Amino acid sequence: MIETILDVVIGGLLLGGIYALIAMGLSLQYGVARVLNIAHGEFLMLGALATWSLYTVFGVNPLVSLAICGPITFIIGFILYRTVFTRLRISSGSIGAYEGSSMLASFGLLFIIQNIALLAWRSDIKGYTYLAFPVDVGGALFAANRLVTLAFAVAIGLAFYLFLARTRLGKAIRAAAQDPGTAGLVGVNINQVLALCFALGALLAGIAGALISMCYPVHGTMGLEYTIIAIIVVVLGGLGSIPGSFFGGFILGLIGSIVTSIEPGLSLAAYYVLFMVLLIVRPTGILGR
Amino acid sequence: MRILEGKKVVKHFGGLAAVHNVDFVINQGEVVGLIGPNGAGKTTLFNLISGALSVNSGVISFKDEEISGLKPHQICRKGVARTFQSVKIFPHIPVLGNVLLGSMFGKPSGMSSAAAAREANKLLDFVGLSAVKSTPAKDLTLANQKRLEVARALATKPKLLLLDELIAGLNPTETAEAMELVKKIRGKGITIIMIEHVMKAIMSICDRIMVLHHGEKIAEGTPKEITTSKKVIEVYLGE
Amino acid sequence: MNIVSVISHRSFLLGLLGLILVLLATLPLFRASTYTLLLLTAIFMYIVLTVSWVIFSGPTGYISLAPAAFFGVGIYTAAVLGKVLPLPVVIGIGALASFCLALLVGALTLRLRGIYFAIFTFGLVVLIQQVLLWWEIVKTHTRGRFVIVVDNTTIYYVMLVILVLLLLTAYSIRRSKYGLALQSIGEDEEAAAHTGINVTALKTITFAMSAFFVGAAGAIMATKWTYIDPYIAFNPLFSFMPVLMAIFGGMGQFFGPVLGAVIFAYLEEVLITKFPYYYMLIFGLILVIVMLYLPGGLAGLVQKWWKGGLERRNANT
Repeated sequence: MIETILDVVIGGLLLGGIYALIAMGLSLQYGVARVLNIAHGEFLMLGALATWSLYTVFGVNPLVSLAICGPITFIIGFILYRTVFTRLRISSGSIGAYEGSSMLASFGLLFIIQNIALLAWRSDIKGYTYLAFPVDVGGALFAANRLVTLAFAVAIGLAFYLFLARTRLGKAIRAAAQDPGTAGLVGVNINQVLALCFALGALLAGIAGALISMCYPVHGTMGLEYTIIAIIVVVLGGLGSIPGSFFGGFILGLIGSIVTSIEPGLSLAAYYVLFMVLLIVRPTGILGR
Repeated sequence: MRILEGKKVVKHFGGLAAVHNVDFVINQGEVVGLIGPNGAGKTTLFNLISGALSVNSGVISFKDEEISGLKPHQICRKGVARTFQSVKIFPHIPVLGNVLLGSMFGKPSGMSSAAAAREANKLLDFVGLSAVKSTPAKDLTLANQKRLEVARALATKPKLLLLDELIAGLNPTETAEAMELVKKIRGKGITIIMIEHVMKAIMSICDRIMVLHHGEKIAEGTPKEITTSKKVIEVYLGE
Repeated sequence: MNIVSVISHRSFLLGLLGLILVLLATLPLFRASTYTLLLLTAIFMYIVLTVSWVIFSGPTGYISLAPAAFFGVGIYTAAVLGKVLPLPVVIGIGALASFCLALLVGALTLRLRGIYFAIFTFGLVVLIQQVLLWWEIVKTHTRGRFVIVVDNTTIYYVMLVILVLLLLTAYSIRRSKYGLALQSIGEDEEAAAHTGINVTALKTITFAMSAFFVGAAGAIMATKWTYIDPYIAFNPLFSFMPVLMAIFGGMGQFFGPVLGAVIFAYLEEVLITKFPYYYMLIFGLILVIVMLYLPGGLAGLVQKWWKGGLERRNANT
């Protein structure tokens, strides 16, 4: 009995680690830069497929790929923000209008990125094995790659938290999240900070994708589901709260693991039910403002 | 006859009490002024009456019927209309259309579109906007936009009209015109509550004045009583 | 009298529309090729998706990414009931099922800020897809279904009927007091509520009405695919295309979305066989470019030309 519970709990944490990363990424993009980037999952997909290519073609260790995919998605995100979203921000009359138009623009980006990937990598499902041997944790067996994924997710999450809390740039980001206007007044170069936030969000997605590719199969259309999960976590944890997204990710991961142990294939439906309940009861989320 | 009554109305946001245990009675036909320093809770009180916000506790009744807890459109149809501090007209809709919406939706029973159009045109005459009836509302001057908001509110055939800072931003001529409009509205038998900062205007037209401070009603009386009240003077000068 | 003033004359426009309708209605009788029928059917379908999307999302500004979900519901209704019930009933049920789903979604999310509505509708496609997949694997042990076959001419006519009904509905809403009320909701929802408009009810019912037509379209189009599974029926592309077409065509005018739908429906037919992924990529690019540089869409451009023509006419008199 205890073994099954341990199974479910640790499985939930493993899932939750990934969710936490992508949710923090989206929280940066939506909570701070006010872009509801529904192409978020596509960056994850790029990270996953790139890691697959690097491993199967060049034999690059996936953990090393983290250091490659992250910066690549960062740069792509930065460029996209400076070209597309900055311009939209200028031409939008209000924040509400900007949220809407940036979401629509990201919808276009979704199709662009996804189809570039389908052209480059074809539409078949791919996978590779790396660190797939089982490890014994308290009597239950888990694949080493999933444990490594969890370790990395937690490490990156903590690093991020420290970055936001301790560094000057991190504080600028938090200031921009709270009140962009005032932050601009006290000398924060708001445009740079917002672009950085968006790019960091893309970086987190790319890294999450690289980690996922170690454990699960990857394909060009995998991104959409993760985008939706990220959105639900961000609402759960509170729009604009990065710690909320981090913990919310683990909560959702646990829920997913529990539901999968009862009825596999319904985890997304369970998330949506939770989503509906949240919208009815407390749309601002657990830690949100 | 009591047209509006509030008993122990409370509204807080988080830990902050915006409106705290406020009692009030408004009689039919009165023009009541609602004054107080910024942040005193005046607009919040309006929001509670019009249904834009819900009370945390306490009861608001209109013509002896409880309205606290109803939605804004329901309260509007019962006969309570308001204008907003930030002049919430429909910017891209022409002036006539703004008022038409009030005529068509603001009353409990429907009305034919021809009759609604006639009424809307009459109201535009009443407030003096007939000349610009096809102009998109965003292209009007501030004074005219405020008139439009009033016309739209009047189109819903209210018995009670809440005016939120009607005079703010108007020059002396426009202010005088606005005051004349308020008198005309009173002449139609509509009860009025007005939030204002411009003392002269309040004194000249209000039968009674309520003073709010930090969410509580600290004074109430005729204009003369209020201007000579030590408490009120302290509140305004001691801030 | 210059050409602009002739075209703007109402009876001219009505006459032209009537002529087009007669032509379309009698086209199959002139031994039109299968290709033409299929192309026109696709164009009709996309006009239905786009115009119904605009009925709600246009004036209110609430962006719905759910058309694919309603389309899929229509498709699945036909897949499940097509062998058991006659075609008109199946279409009606497909439309009703979408209507009810939209009522549910609307009642749940339209009380909240627009962004929650958009998010919820975005995920709806994938959600229903997954639930149906689970249902088919676990409960019915079937993957996918086979749909009844209907001849192309019937599909053509049914789609045309749905299209005409939709256009009439959209036009009358736009000209009615509800159209004005929907616009006021988009301009200032709080003020609209204080003017006596029951904003939640109006939004929800309008949203449901637009879903109705999408469901009907899905039900009839289902017969074009012989095999349906959740991945085929619930495809985000059918949420993307109406958005692209409406924004490209321009939502300020009634004809804008129609124009956008015709253009892209035609482009898709032309490109889909030779360049399957490229065309979606290009469409995505076009959406981004239009969002950035042409917010009023094509109709916005035409409006400017129109106004220029009328001004010149006024200046000359």
